[in-house]
Amino acid sequence: MRTYVLRRLLQTIPLLVGISLITFLLLQLAPGDFLNQMAENPGISAETIEAMRVRFGLDKPWYVQYAIYLRNVVFHFDFGQSFARHQPVFEVLSDGFVNTLILAGAAAFITWVLAIPLGVVAAVRQHSWIDRALSFLAFVWLSVPEILAALLLLMMAARTGWFPVGGMRSLDYDELDGISQFFDILHHLALPALVVGLIPLASRMRQMRGSLLDVLRLDYVTTARAKGLSERTVIVKHALRNALNPMITLFGYTLGALVSGSFIVEIIFSWPGLGRITLDAILTQDQYLVMGAVLMASLVLIIGNLIADLLLAIADPRISYD
Amino acid sequence: MTDIQRTQAATSGAGLGGPASEWPGAGVGAPRQSDDVVAPQSPAVVFWTQMRKSPLAIVGAIVLAIFYLMALFAPFIAPYPQEEMDRAKYFHPPQSLHWVRADGSFSPRPFVREMRVADMGSFEYEEDPSSELPLRFFVRGYPYELLGLVPSNVHLFGVDAPGRVLLFGSDSFGRCVLSRLLYGARISLTVGLVGIAISFTLGLLLGGIAGYFGGFADTVIMRTTELLLSIPSLYLIIALRAVFPLDLPSHQVYLGIVAILAFIGWAGLARVIRGLVLSMRKSDYVTAAEALGFSRLRVIRKHVLPNTMSYVIVAATLSIPGYILGEVILSFLGVGVQEPSASWGNMLNQARSIRALTTFPWLLFVPGTAIFLTVMAFNFLGDGLRDALDPRRVSGGRA
Repeated sequence: MRTYVLRRLLQTIPLLVGISLITFLLLQLAPGDFLNQMAENPGISAETIEAMRVRFGLDKPWYVQYAIYLRNVVFHFDFGQSFARHQPVFEVLSDGFVNTLILAGAAAFITWVLAIPLGVVAAVRQHSWIDRALSFLAFVWLSVPEILAALLLLMMAARTGWFPVGGMRSLDYDELDGISQFFDILHHLALPALVVGLIPLASRMRQMRGSLLDVLRLDYVTTARAKGLSERTVIVKHALRNALNPMITLFGYTLGALVSGSFIVEIIFSWPGLGRITLDAILTQDQYLVMGAVLMASLVLIIGNLIADLLLAIADPRISYD
Repeated sequence: MTDIQRTQAATSGAGLGGPASEWPGAGVGAPRQSDDVVAPQSPAVVFWTQMRKSPLAIVGAIVLAIFYLMALFAPFIAPYPQEEMDRAKYFHPPQSLHWVRADGSFSPRPFVREMRVADMGSFEYEEDPSSELPLRFFVRGYPYELLGLVPSNVHLFGVDAPGRVLLFGSDSFGRCVLSRLLYGARISLTVGLVGIAISFTLGLLLGGIAGYFGGFADTVIMRTTELLLSIPSLYLIIALRAVFPLDLPSHQVYLGIVAILAFIGWAGLARVIRGLVLSMRKSDYVTAAEALGFSRLRVIRKHVLPNTMSYVIVAATLSIPGYILGEVILSFLGVGVQEPSASWGNMLNQARSIRALTTFPWLLFVPGTAIFLTVMAFNFLGDGLRDALDPRRVSGGRA
């Protein structure tokens, strides 16, 4: 097991180098750079821009720039400076990263807290009206894109005034006490988390249903029933435990999807997460900020996949990676 | 139908380790017994028997056919050019059709009512109950070329100038939302088809090569797909978009968007195809084809790839919505199709402000409904196709 984890972690390194290289090359292919937009400002002299170009290292050929970047990351854990924000990339991103994780975490909570009971009910009452209704709703819900769900909820918020229409904190946040601050963020978090969380709900529910149905067909469940156990015990104690295994794996695999899924929602709800930062950075060609953001988002996805594989091995003794 | 007939046997991909879980719906629901197939039937008959069992798929197909026809005949159906602005009618709400006149008498010809701005500041309109703009069919309007060939100026419907018919309202520039929806469909609906055509060609080719030849080619192709799949897709899409300048002419932006989406889309498919091909390579009929001395290319093209077709057809149908949404998101963010050209994405962008959401809801509902219906129709059709092309497979929800 330990060798497996080690091997997987080592495999991540070339992957991350590849991702950073691809991102870097894409940014090099893009016409102009950060300073071009500054050069259009008549208030900034050509000399200043030239000086900045040298300071940022943008005057060097791309492979030298990339080599320097890589060296700084590896040896100094320095992800460069954000041109537009005059701040180290790491600092800018860590705030956004935490905010994205808050959103993704809340969303995952919503998805799973709803998906598992609904899936179990649908499986236990297979072919009943509730199963049919859930299936139909899931089928329709699968076709609602995130962008529409987000705009609809934003419309609801704007019309009713029940929820804030964006941002993460109220204007008077700093004057609130600790508990009110927490609820203030929760209030802002509710709608974006609901969108990101409800989108995958339909498929998770269907998967839970399918997984439990598969298990309920197995012999040991029949044995448990034959022993005279109550249906409740059979399902909760015997069937559900095994039915949850594939769901545990899915949980890890969907971490990456959550990061991608929150991108558009962050922008619509002005949630100050990784997605917003990335979009701004790309529009201003803030080179190192883009690279840092893409790397960070990818790392979540890669680690999510790793966690999924490990959780499966822990949950299911039949699987061993050695 | 020949494609489908040829590929009826193409269902041997069931027992693949990893890739099988990527088959939408794998492990979901109960296996369906194809008990209606007693005597051997032609694949086409099986296909249609199965299709008829899923009315939703047929509804999906009909909806899509209507949408694509409307996009094709957009200039004929649209009452106004997509970029024509009416400075007196910003944020004009949708007009409703009337049959009953102000005096209570019945009008055989439906009409709309003139709407006037009641308050210029808030763009509140009120209906003039005495006005009557009868809807006329096959009227002369602005000139266009039908299907790009036949010059014409006949439009499906319209009202006598200077009145204006705005059944879906107007946007912030006073442009007809219905006309923009129809012209926008030409972009938004074709992005998916063109994108799929490119990425699936790439995916089939590279996945086929990786699976059939193995070795070095396999390693290179698979590492590349891993790399692409490790970057969350929207981050990659946006980064790729940065490569093209923002202010391109709209047909170049269109090509750019298609290229970006196709570049991302091939990787997942290539991995599945590789798995399918790997399992097929060991099968008797491929060994037989090789023993007959056919070239490897011919074996791949004639014997291996056709057997992946039923998977590919279903996967393509189910992935088109992803491409359509890709365009919608890029244009929504302002880095896709640029004004004044219409696309469903930049129409949604008009609904982005709080003001629009509260006061001008049709700006969200019109393109939103079109997007929702299109995505749903593709999902219904894809689900039905999966059942029909492979009756032994599981039916039901998607993964």
